[in-house]
Amino acid sequence: MNSKQKKNLIRIIISAVLMIILKFMPVTGILRFALYLLPYLIIGYDILIKAGKGIINKQPFDECLLMAIATIGAIVLGLIDNGDYTEAIAVMLFYQIGEWFQSYAVGKSRKNITELMDICPDYANVKAENGQLEQVDPDDVEIGTIIVVQPGEKVPIDGIVRKGRSSLNTAALTGESVPRDIKEGEEVISGCINLNGLLEIETTKEFGDSTVSKVLELISDASSRKSKSENFITKFARVYTPTVVYSALALAFLPPIISLIMGIDPAPTKWIYRALTFLVISCPCALVVSIPLSFFAGIGGASKQGILVKGSNYLEILANTKTVVFDKTGTLTKGVFDVTAIHPHDFDEHELLHLAAHVERYSKHPIAESLKRAYEHEADECSVESIEEIAGRGVRAVVNGRVVCVGNAKMMEEAGATEGFKECSLTGTIIHVAVDGKYAGHIVISDVVKPHSKQAIHELKKQGVSETIMLTGDLKKVADKVSEELKLDKVYSDLLPQDKVEKVEELLSEKKNKDDVLAFVGDGINDAPVLSRADIGIAMGAMGSDAAIEAADVVLMDDDPLKIATAIAVSRKCLRIVKQNIYFAIGVKLICLLLGALGIANMWIAIFADVGVMIICVLNAIRCLMPVLHTHT
Amino acid sequence: MKKTYKIDVDCANCAAKMEDAARKTEGVKDVTVNFMMLKMKVEFEDGADVDSVMKNVRENCKKVEDDCEIFL
Repeated sequence: MNSKQKKNLIRIIISAVLMIILKFMPVTGILRFALYLLPYLIIGYDILIKAGKGIINKQPFDECLLMAIATIGAIVLGLIDNGDYTEAIAVMLFYQIGEWFQSYAVGKSRKNITELMDICPDYANVKAENGQLEQVDPDDVEIGTIIVVQPGEKVPIDGIVRKGRSSLNTAALTGESVPRDIKEGEEVISGCINLNGLLEIETTKEFGDSTVSKVLELISDASSRKSKSENFITKFARVYTPTVVYSALALAFLPPIISLIMGIDPAPTKWIYRALTFLVISCPCALVVSIPLSFFAGIGGASKQGILVKGSNYLEILANTKTVVFDKTGTLTKGVFDVTAIHPHDFDEHELLHLAAHVERYSKHPIAESLKRAYEHEADECSVESIEEIAGRGVRAVVNGRVVCVGNAKMMEEAGATEGFKECSLTGTIIHVAVDGKYAGHIVISDVVKPHSKQAIHELKKQGVSETIMLTGDLKKVADKVSEELKLDKVYSDLLPQDKVEKVEELLSEKKNKDDVLAFVGDGINDAPVLSRADIGIAMGAMGSDAAIEAADVVLMDDDPLKIATAIAVSRKCLRIVKQNIYFAIGVKLICLLLGALGIANMWIAIFADVGVMIICVLNAIRCLMPVLHTHT
Repeated sequence: MKKTYKIDVDCANCAAKMEDAARKTEGVKDVTVNFMMLKMKVEFEDGADVDSVMKNVRENCKKVEDDCEIFL
């Protein structure tokens, strides 16, 4: 509670207590009027002043003016009619309670959301000349400076670890709770929390270009991109309020005049009372407050799970996703090649991998890297000599005195190792090995499907995505295998980057319904044109990739494809809440307007239609903040 | 040129009004008010004097919404 809220709360309490006391005081006439004026002014003085200023500044139809007219009207009616002023005070009182609650709820959720986005580091530790650590503003740190991050501190600027090893908590950026291990020579991105070891990091970017600044800017700009629902509400409010005000005027004067002409008792006070009831209902607060709040909370809730949505409008589009088009490498598959099978020929399996990895000891080729990854203890005592790379064939080396050839079929032919040689039935890159001129078997290296890909497709289907399509530049054989494993609906292989754009355009033109949304999911680095062409572009594994953050509409901070399903679920939930609020608020108001015009609803019901509905809508909107979980199975 | 200012305002509707008023101020190219973050992002026309423009923006906003504040 801030000081303004405290002050208003006190005003509400005082005037409520005064009103109740006055209810039991048997005073009449002008004294009664004067006494009742006291709580009215305590609770309503600022509204009256604001209403007056509104008129001076030519801002009619301001809600304060409406409240002022309605309550003053009610007091005048009380003065000439029955001496009942409670209603006027109650209207003002409830209006203020509503305002107070709104301000409190909005402030609270604002705080919640900004807290969860509190990844912004306050300082960076720089080593001073005397070896002491000095805290400086991260903005002042130049590229190439060595900064020190102690356990428990946030990494302030992107960089490369120069000294130390530790685990990093990346939850604030990725929503992933498993810490990431980090050691010398590896890149770290800002916003992560250092958990245990002391790290010395050489910065590679300025603070303003670091991940943490980018992400923060993205989130804080997100709610300025207005959704269709928000624009609808703005337009609705623009029409709704004046309409109700003019109807109120008509209601106050037309029926009495008609009655007068027809010779019936005009009963002007009755009609004026009904008109005032109208005015109380006329403020579209519930909608104007709760709809942006829902989107804001939705964006905040999503960012907590490592999903950055660049604007309310994208949240809205995402909810209508019917077709999801995936890139293969890096999106559904890991994009790194791993040894997936070892087929020895009269040879020990372990020994085969051992020798192959040794031959590749000094090579930086991706195939060499994956062999070395598969054989963990490559850096052992074994001697590797006279390494010879044969272009277009493979590598030959002497390992522990044995001549080992590692390469393709041609290499085997040249090594004379044709006996027992066979091509593999598996898809992927096949590495043949010959030892001392004899064929020893082959190793299959292929891209592996990410662990959650299958579940992600399943979840998407469950959420009503009708078609899942994969586009890839890879061979048909490889693509079909992945597609079969993941149960995708369609697959297009052998595509060049420009073919992907064409294919997506073709798919876009085939859409059955204009509102159906085609989402493209890519890893952001080479898919930028496609990302921007699709109805909505989702970039994955964007930690540290500027290109992805630029091109995509939705950015998933980690590599988990399951987050696509989560993102759609979050957007659906948010949109559902927005719709509930729109229907509920407009519905209740229309009903109350009707009842008010017929004289069934009094001002108390009108207050509920205004304040009560708003409170319910705000509470409903806050539900958007709660995470939608997809647990890994 | 773009600059971001912290603001204080009570309701979303009032924030929208501020946005409108600020946008109509001379020397301002575009304005977005973010009610949830309580921030106002102002894009100035080329060669505009930021300080004096912002003073006018503040004045105009006060006219439409008495209860608002822009922290310059």
